Amino acid sequence: MSAWRRLHVLVRPALTCSRLTQQRTWLCCSLSTGAPLRNDFFKDLEAQLAAVRKKAADALPGSGWSPLEINPNLPPERADIVIVGGGVVGWSIAYWLKQRERIREGVKVIVVEKDPTYSQASTVLSAGGIRQQFSLPENIHLSLASADFMRNINEHLSVMNEDPVDLQFNQSGYLFLASEEVAHIMEENYSTQRQAGAKVSLLSPTQLKEKFPWINTDGVVLASYGLENEGWFDPWTLLNAFKRKAMSMGVIQCCGEVTGFKHTTIMVRTGDDEQVGIRRIQSVRVQMPNSLEYQPVECAIVVNAAGAHSGKLAEMLGMGFGAKDTFAGVPLPVEPRKRYVYVVHCPDGPGLDTPFLIDYSGVYFRREGLGGNYIAGMSPEEGEEPDISNLEVDHQFFEEKIWPSLAHRVPAFEKLKVSSAWAGFYDYNTFDQNGIIGIHPLINNMYFATGFSGHGLQHSPAVGRAVAELILDGNFKTLDLSNFGFKRILTQEPMLERNIV
Amino acid sequence: MSAPLTALHRCCQRSALLLVARRPWSSSSASPPPLHTRLLLYLAQRYYDVEMLMKWSSNLKKRGLQKKNAYYGYTQKFYGGDIAAAYFILSLKGRIRFLGQPAWLHADQSGKFNWDFLNHKDTPLEEVDLSYTVINYTGLGNLERQGSLRTLSLRGCPEVDDWFLGRLHIFQDSLEELDISHCPRITTGGLAALRNLKGLRRLDMSSLPGISSPGLVAILLEEMLPQCQITAIGYDHSLKQEEEEEKEGQVEAQR
Repeated sequence: MSAWRRLHVLVRPALTCSRLTQQRTWLCCSLSTGAPLRNDFFKDLEAQLAAVRKKAADALPGSGWSPLEINPNLPPERADIVIVGGGVVGWSIAYWLKQRERIREGVKVIVVEKDPTYSQASTVLSAGGIRQQFSLPENIHLSLASADFMRNINEHLSVMNEDPVDLQFNQSGYLFLASEEVAHIMEENYSTQRQAGAKVSLLSPTQLKEKFPWINTDGVVLASYGLENEGWFDPWTLLNAFKRKAMSMGVIQCCGEVTGFKHTTIMVRTGDDEQVGIRRIQSVRVQMPNSLEYQPVECAIVVNAAGAHSGKLAEMLGMGFGAKDTFAGVPLPVEPRKRYVYVVHCPDGPGLDTPFLIDYSGVYFRREGLGGNYIAGMSPEEGEEPDISNLEVDHQFFEEKIWPSLAHRVPAFEKLKVSSAWAGFYDYNTFDQNGIIGIHPLINNMYFATGFSGHGLQHSPAVGRAVAELILDGNFKTLDLSNFGFKRILTQEPMLERNIV
Repeated sequence: MSAPLTALHRCCQRSALLLVARRPWSSSSASPPPLHTRLLLYLAQRYYDVEMLMKWSSNLKKRGLQKKNAYYGYTQKFYGGDIAAAYFILSLKGRIRFLGQPAWLHADQSGKFNWDFLNHKDTPLEEVDLSYTVINYTGLGNLERQGSLRTLSLRGCPEVDDWFLGRLHIFQDSLEELDISHCPRITTGGLAALRNLKGLRRLDMSSLPGISSPGLVAILLEEMLPQCQITAIGYDHSLKQEEEEEKEGQVEAQR
C-alpha cells in the first residue's frame, strides 16, 4: 500500500513536468531530460524582463507610480464635509447629508472615528431608552420625530440585498414618579407633552398600584406614564444600520483621530469698533491609529459630533482662549462625565410590563431580556462626579446610593444580585444639559451637534436631519431647533429642562 | 471496551459530517440568496437604469400600501368618524359589526360592498375582523375614536408590527378579544405593549414566527394580564436540536 503511494508520487511530477512549478524542480531534474527546464528558464526570464520594462515605464514622470508605499487606510486628501466622531449622531448626519443631496455624489462626506471597535463610545454604552417625557417642546418634537423614524426604519435604512434592520424595540413606556414637591412640575410637563402630541397619561398612586402591583407607592403623589413610542432598543443595531446605509450611499469611513486643524483668521471690525477674528478651517489633520502618519484633509465644512470629546476639539480651534467677556472667551461647555450602569439579577422582580422607571430620587431601572435581569443606574450629585480618566466601575456607589432607593421603590429588589456593570461617558453640557446644534459665530465653517447630555442616542435620527438641513439648505426646514444654537451660551440664557429628578 | 467507544466516536463524526452537509440547503440567513436575486443585484450595481427601475417598483409598492391605509379625513368630515372607520375597513376587505346590530358587513370577492352601512350613522363599531388585510400603523388612525370596540382580529396581517401593537392603547378601556396570530412581524418587544389593554379577556398569539421563546413569553403574558385567556398553539416547544441528534444516533445504530 505505502509502496504504491510512493510510486504514485514519483510518477505524477514526471507527467506534469511540462507545466512545472519551482517547488517541484528538483524532482523533475532527477526524472526528465534538461530540455524542458531550459525552455522554462527562458520563458521565466522573458516574463521578468517584461515586468522590469513595465516598472520602468511606470516610474517615468507622469505616471501614478511612486517608490514610497502608501497606507491604503489614509483618508482622501480632499472632501466636502468632514464629520468628526463616528457615533450614532455622526453617522446619522452622514446619512441625512447623502439622503438630501440633490445629485448623486453631490457631496463627498468623510466620517472620522478614532476607535472602530467603539469600546468607549457613549452610543453603545448607553441604556438605549427613548422617551417623549421632556419639558421643552423642542426635545419632545425631537423624540417624536425620532420615534417616527424608528417606526419606518426599514424605509430609511434598508440596504438592497441585506437583511432588514431589527431594532429590537421594546414598547414598554417610561414611568416617571413624582413626590409632593415636584408634582406641579410634572403636571405642567404633562400638558406641554400632550400639546406637542405625545401620548402620555397621568396616574394617581392608587391607579399606579393597580397597574403595577409590584411598586411601593410611598412618597409618590403623581406618576406620568408613556403609552406609545416610548421604550428601549439596541443602540448597536441603530448605529450599524446608519453606518451600513451611509456607506452604501457613498460616505467614506476613516479610522483615525483628529489632532489639529489648519485655519485662517480674518480680522473684522464690529459696529462698536472692536477687532474680532473670524476663523475658517482649511484642513483637518487626521492622525492614523498607532502610527505617526497623518493626512491633512482639505474640506469646506467640519461637523463636530465628537460627543464627550467635542470640547477638546473646540479647544484646538482656540475656542475659550480669547479675552474674557468676548465671544472668543466662551468655551464649548461640553465635558465627559462618567455614568455607571449595573446589571442586576432578580428572579422575583417585575415581569413583562416593566416600564423604564425613573424615580424622583434619581434612580432608574429597566428590564433587560426575559430572564429576570434588569439594568439600573443613577446620576451622581454635582459635587461627587467620579474620575473620568478610566472606565472603572465603582460598586460602592450601587451599594450606598442606588440599592436603597431601588429596594424602597420595588420591594422585590431587596433580594437582587449584581451580575455585571459597565461605565460610559455622557457628553455633558455643563451649561444647560441640552444639545448644541448649529454654527459658532466666530468659526465660520464648523457645525456643532454635541452636548446632548444623555439624549443623543434617542434624538440622533432627528438631529442628523436637522444638521443636514442646516448645512445643505442653510436653515432648519422640518423642525425649528434654532433655540438649541450657540446664541444661548454666548448670551448666558440657559434652556433648562424642568425635570422632576 | 474499546468497540462501543469507537462506534460512538464514528457516530459523532458522522453526525458532524451530516450537519456540515446539510448546511447548503438550510434556510438560514448565512445561505446565499437565489440566483435571480444575485443577478438582479449584480445588474443593479452595474447599471443605473436597473437600479432606478428597482427603486421605482419598490416605491410603487410602498405608495400602494400608503394609499390603502390613507387617513379618511373627508369621510370623517362629512359622515362622522364611525362611518369613516367602517368605510375604511370595508375597502380593506375586512368585516365589521356595528354596536347592537346582529349582522356582519363585509365586502365580496371583488371588493364590492353594500352601501347600507351609511344608515348606521353615529353607531360605533363593536367587532372588527381585519384578518389577512394590509392594515398598518397609519391605517389604525382611522379607528382612533372607536371607544367601544370589543373584538379585533388581526390574524395573518403582514403589516402589523410592534408599533401597531403599541398604538392599540386607543382601545384600552373596551377591547376584550384580540387575535394577532400568524402575524409575521410581531416580536416580543411589541407584546409588552399589550400591558395597556387591561380589559383583555382573550388573546390569540398562535404561530408568531418572530418570537424566540414562545413558551416563556406566553407565561409572562399570562402573568401580566391575569384575567386574560391566552391561546398559543402552533409552536414547537420541544428541544429540537437534541431530538435530531437522537434520531441520527438511532439511524446510526440501525445500520
